[in-house]
Amino acid sequence: MKPINLSALVFVATLAVGTIPSFGETMEEKGLRIAQEAQVRDTGFGNYTADQTMILRNKHGQESERHLRIRVLENEADGDMSLIVFDRPRDVKGTAMLTHSHKREDDDQWLYLPALKRVKRISSSNKAGSFMGSEFAYEDMTSQELEKYTHRWLRDEPCGELTCWVSERSPIGKKSGYRRQISWVDQKEYRIWKVDYYDRKNAHLKTLTVPSHQQYLGKYWRADEMLMVNHLTGKSTRLIWNNYDFSTDLNENDFTKVSLKRAR
Amino acid sequence: MRHVAFTILLVGLLFYSTAPTSADDDFVFQEVTGRINLESRYFPQHSLHDGQREQSVSLVAEPEVYIENEAAQGLLLKPFFRYDSADASRTHWDLREAYGLFYGEFEDSEWELRIGLDKVFWGVVEARHIVDIINQTDLIENPNQEEKLGQPMVHATWLNDLGTFEAFVLPYFRKRAFQSRTGRLRNQILIDSKQSSFESAAQQRHLDVAARYSHSINILDLGLSIFDGTNRNPTFTLGLDPGGDVVLLPLYEQIRQYGVDAQITTGAWLLKFEGTWREGERNSVSLEEDFLSLVSGFEYTWYSIHESDIDLGLLMEFLYDGRDERATVATEEDLFVAARLAFNDEASTDVLFGIQQDLDKSTRNLFIEANRRLDNNFSLGLEGTAFLNIDTHDSQFGLRKDSYLQLDLTYHF
Repeated sequence: MKPINLSALVFVATLAVGTIPSFGETMEEKGLRIAQEAQVRDTGFGNYTADQTMILRNKHGQESERHLRIRVLENEADGDMSLIVFDRPRDVKGTAMLTHSHKREDDDQWLYLPALKRVKRISSSNKAGSFMGSEFAYEDMTSQELEKYTHRWLRDEPCGELTCWVSERSPIGKKSGYRRQISWVDQKEYRIWKVDYYDRKNAHLKTLTVPSHQQYLGKYWRADEMLMVNHLTGKSTRLIWNNYDFSTDLNENDFTKVSLKRAR
Repeated sequence: MRHVAFTILLVGLLFYSTAPTSADDDFVFQEVTGRINLESRYFPQHSLHDGQREQSVSLVAEPEVYIENEAAQGLLLKPFFRYDSADASRTHWDLREAYGLFYGEFEDSEWELRIGLDKVFWGVVEARHIVDIINQTDLIENPNQEEKLGQPMVHATWLNDLGTFEAFVLPYFRKRAFQSRTGRLRNQILIDSKQSSFESAAQQRHLDVAARYSHSINILDLGLSIFDGTNRNPTFTLGLDPGGDVVLLPLYEQIRQYGVDAQITTGAWLLKFEGTWREGERNSVSLEEDFLSLVSGFEYTWYSIHESDIDLGLLMEFLYDGRDERATVATEEDLFVAARLAFNDEASTDVLFGIQQDLDKSTRNLFIEANRRLDNNFSLGLEGTAFLNIDTHDSQFGLRKDSYLQLDLTYHF
């Protein structure tokens, strides 16, 4: 599909050298090394499709649901592509969002509105905004290229039966709603178990917890479920992943403005 | 009535059914969705014409059935029905979409073929869609001209690294739908659609064609289009109806339109441009005049204003028609300014309101559109337009007492 990128090879080679434990590395170097290794371990999945159910809960305990289907195509050279189709609530049924993410520039994003049969190029600078009224922001839902953050390892800490690296990452761009995120990543399989989100004023805004993961193709770990709790509003969103399929024949032609109009 | 439309549909169906597939269980995807909508319109001002009412209630059903098999062949059927309490013409039905869909890959490129009735949208601006020309406007649905009739077509798309190439063959023309005598939002002088005439001897069977090239290059989305065929927008001559009353007779000319639409998306800015050059249309003094139309402007959004979840968008567009006072449209030199509020709440509440001001005359339109979800299936909509200070020479003059507010309750399934 895509010719092997020479710079990507060099990048991987550098990483291989970099993963040899080296003393005297700074906390920043260690933080970046962990993030890069996590990325390398997730490289090569190719593509996948999955169903998502979001259960939004307000502070009075009232719940509402969102159902979406997602298709992702890995693109090591620049950034992953994704297509999200909305199923429920029914008033947004058929609406679809196409994202071409980029490692450094702004992502390209298009929205398909089925009532008008119109494809609209939309601004991708709405990073901090709520995704479908949930506690997940757009930036939590789209591909998080590690080039868009600075990284810093803080400490090691037990997490359940495992040991986790606790690291901090800060977005480089000004459009993010976060000043920093602190993540717990286990040292065995590089899975994320928890993330604390701090807003621009450095207040502890949200906490993400991941109760369980599953391995696909004997290699790639994916969350079964994610819980995002907003500490300022008392609202929460449970995001449940179902029907992961890593053996699809998706390619770049399934992530175009033409295929967006057909997306169901 | 629409023989050609149905012939095309049949060909599509035949194509579909003869394509190499086997048993029914080959359908990998099937769904039935749609909406039922209860609409109520209220006109606060007394009507200009006898028989018109201050209120109307309307019921709409628009189901949609889609099936697709493993061979990437789809079939879509989307009929539309409306019953209206006040306007006999508004009680109507249509096949909005009924097409066979075929798609696949050829080497590194992607192709798609749609045969049947379909709707196609071109363009980027909000105030008025000048480049968009494939479908006829269903004017009795909404004066904003965004509702369209299903257009019979063969639509081929080929997409590769150089961009998207589309070709359209449109074998049957559909006349614009107009209000009846008792309908509000109608022209001052009644339009008699039955006495429509055509520049082409082939009348509605003239073979219209169109082509479009579009591409996305970084921050730029560009579209170039050409249309050659029957004007969707009729010009009018005075005549008499069978009862001897003075009416307007629609005349559908042969035109050629070249169109450009472009959007630059950078940060929170959307910079938009649409331009057309149209040949073969008669102006308001019934002389053929080639002319330029432009709509250009921007949309800027402040996200999460005052650290709330609310986004505020500001839209401004300038509309221009090179024929000036000889223009057949009301927007010969207008300014459109609007604000869009997205509350990003659980109910996805959003409000768009604004003004369109004629820069030469006093004519001014105020408009509002708001939507809110009630639950998984129900949503509520509010829509309204106020026609203010309408100039006597403006084509909107007939609407000067027809300001309205509309409330919609929709069940989505």
